[in-house]
Amino acid sequence: MKCRVCRGPAVIDVRRHNANFCGEHFLRHCREQVARAIKGHQMLEAGDRVLVAVSGGKDSLAVWDILVELGYEADGLYLGLGIDGYSPESERFARAFAESRGLSLEVVDLPTDYGYDIRGAARSAKRVPCSACGLSKRHLFDEAAERGGYDALATGHNLDDEAAVLLGNVLRWQGEYLGRQQPVLHAGDGFPRKVKPLVRLGEREMAAYCVLRGIDYMVEECPMALGNKHIGYKEALNSIEERSPGSKHAFYFGFLDRAADLFVPGDDDRSPIRACVRCGSPAGAEVCAFCHLLERAGGHLPSNGRDVPVRLGRPISEAR
Amino acid sequence: MIVRLRNPTRTLEMDGPMAVTALLARLDIPRESVLVIREGILVPGDAMLGRDDSIEIRSVISGGAR
Repeated sequence: MKCRVCRGPAVIDVRRHNANFCGEHFLRHCREQVARAIKGHQMLEAGDRVLVAVSGGKDSLAVWDILVELGYEADGLYLGLGIDGYSPESERFARAFAESRGLSLEVVDLPTDYGYDIRGAARSAKRVPCSACGLSKRHLFDEAAERGGYDALATGHNLDDEAAVLLGNVLRWQGEYLGRQQPVLHAGDGFPRKVKPLVRLGEREMAAYCVLRGIDYMVEECPMALGNKHIGYKEALNSIEERSPGSKHAFYFGFLDRAADLFVPGDDDRSPIRACVRCGSPAGAEVCAFCHLLERAGGHLPSNGRDVPVRLGRPISEAR
Repeated sequence: MIVRLRNPTRTLEMDGPMAVTALLARLDIPRESVLVIREGILVPGDAMLGRDDSIEIRSVISGGAR
């Protein structure tokens, strides 16, 4: 195999682009795809301050690395989920990456700061663990981005993630979710702008990016996620992709180009947003879903001033 | 050759030499779902793996709450 750009020995093939790359040109390919996604979907502007939701896995560390390489001021926030045998190790990878590059990483620990963990919350709330985890992450990352005055919250969702979520939503015609499945969600009603700069890159590319950049990441999957529907959708799509390279890209970007607008709710269809009476975060009811989860899980809001209804616009490190 | 699979981690011993694509086919692993790594370096699909090589087949599929 030869690199498409320099004709030197290739280290990876990207079948969806019918291309092979050497290490140097593969890294350039990844940065170009991210820059193209950011520009094409108007995710960020030059000089924006970005908060990156960091898990210690390949995608979040790669997106953080690429955003910094592209010149954005990007800080990280790691959320400790209290999962034995998984959370301490993933936190170690997140910290090591930040330290190696001199980047700012905030660590929030659910058991320490909020008095619950994902396993207990899922049991108490009668939710699957991934549901309790997703709810906690959305609330706390949103809250931190608003509190820190960041221009946007970036996540490591890649093309495989988006295609798998789309498949799940289409299989059940989840119109409300389809209406929100955009690579950028604009700020409003107390929510930060949310961006997914990796939507033009698959997860195999992100893993390769990390190997080539020397980024150590958490390879082992979360034990709570093993065998879940999302992974099943990815396996199904990979089986299709194997026979027909480019299918995932065509599926997801075809949806964005031709169908996504059909599901965006009109102004009359939107639920009114108010401030949660307990934590002040935006909510569709008197008490937000996160505070309900806290109550059922026997948790508490932190005593150090986090999660209060104040939008100070200061860097997270100063707001501690 | 020694083949280390990840997620979950386990080790196999396979005959070599063998092409990467042949190894993945023999193990019934879709190429799209893994990277093949030899001594910290990515190995492309058409590369030959030697009898004495130590190989990591690293799953790239992640899931759960995102």
